[in-house]
Amino acid sequence: MSNRDTSEFEISSLLEAVYQKYGYDFRQYSQAHIRRRITNRMAMSGLEDISQMQSKILNDKIFAANFLQDLSITVTEMFRDPGFYRSLRENVIPILKTYPFIKIWHAGCSTGEEAYSMAIIMQEEGLYDRTTIYATDFNQQALNRAKEGIFSNPMIKEYTANYQLSGGIESFSNYYTSNYNNVIMNQSLKKNIVWANHNLVTDSVFAEVHMVLCRNVLIYFDNNLQNKVQQIFYNSLINSGVLCLGSKESLRFTDLYEKYTELDKNQRIFKKKY
Amino acid sequence: MYYEAIVIGTSSGGINALKFLFSALPIDFSIPIIIVQHISPRSDNQWIKLLNINSKLYLKEADEKEKIEHGKVYIAPPNYHLMIERNKTFSLTIDERVNYSRPSIDVLFESAAEAYKNKLIGVILTGSNNDGTNGIKRIQECGGLIIAQDPETAESSYMPASAIATNQPDYILSLEEITALLIKLDKPIIK
Repeated sequence: MSNRDTSEFEISSLLEAVYQKYGYDFRQYSQAHIRRRITNRMAMSGLEDISQMQSKILNDKIFAANFLQDLSITVTEMFRDPGFYRSLRENVIPILKTYPFIKIWHAGCSTGEEAYSMAIIMQEEGLYDRTTIYATDFNQQALNRAKEGIFSNPMIKEYTANYQLSGGIESFSNYYTSNYNNVIMNQSLKKNIVWANHNLVTDSVFAEVHMVLCRNVLIYFDNNLQNKVQQIFYNSLINSGVLCLGSKESLRFTDLYEKYTELDKNQRIFKKKY
Repeated sequence: MYYEAIVIGTSSGGINALKFLFSALPIDFSIPIIIVQHISPRSDNQWIKLLNINSKLYLKEADEKEKIEHGKVYIAPPNYHLMIERNKTFSLTIDERVNYSRPSIDVLFESAAEAYKNKLIGVILTGSNNDGTNGIKRIQECGGLIIAQDPETAESSYMPASAIATNQPDYILSLEEITALLIKLDKPIIK
């Protein structure tokens, strides 16, 4: 057996063990990504091989919790891809405006930056009072931080630039209170965001919504899992509901490609057909 | 010995170096080439269009899950890491920056080394940080071939110099010589 076969087998065995013991299912994640995370954690912890790591994960709860954090991506920004948010204002808001109430699902919201961005847009468009944003993630630690809505000052500088590029016309500092190195987002933005623990891999439809945003989450999944999760989004959306993906994600390799029309091809915004 | 892929990492000065390389590679060059060029997260990719004007090979941004094919040149999109799966398809991630960079050369090279083992050529060109140094180490460990641009001929010497200081490249060459070597490796003499 070549080396290659051994390490591949060890990785799938480790992921199987994580699933059986803790219920988190990474078995259909991108292999290259998982391998990188495992290698990094092994190096940090001075472990010699993957089997050693597997036994540590099974027997050491703190180590296992850290490893689960490794596998959860918490890199995000407010108004990441300003062009996307510009398109949202131009092409999607006019559709949402026609509904008496608006439900939005942010799937894989991590530490909440994109959910706050959405709340800001809805407030500026005068729609926030009739909007509910469901922001979900499987990472409870990230959700807790999202709920707090505290972000570091240097990051806020970047977000301000993003906000302005996205067509924002207010002063971004109206949306938070600054305190030394951190800012805290306004209560008026938090009031209609519902933070909830939901795992796209193991849980099912979350609610019936007018719009789903799931950006840069599906890139971590293999084709089968992408298909399964896209089916969940499709079943969650009302007819003519809107699906927003990350700027490098597509429906092309899924079974649902024919079931949407493109609202903005470049920004990966789709509308569910009747 | 047939190589199955070439990975190239470069930073400052890279666009000029790539322009030179792709104006010289022939239209029938068949080994797929995958490139990380450090670039602003908000780049609009005009520079890829400019490279295509003088290139006989077609350069495109790598897509998520895209299958790597002969005769094609793929470039990591801005603000994403580019990785290669063992089934020779691309994965993108938005993981933390590595060496202050996303895309990072190390991330591409390390995954490419796992996917292609000794059938991989890694090339480090001009640049001003040490991204890529760990990546070529991994390529070498997996039996691949590594080439560094001669720092004296590089617009920015730091990156190839760092790669040379911590690894022992198989070749340290000027851009002209690298181009000639790649063409030779693409068409091995059949005895």
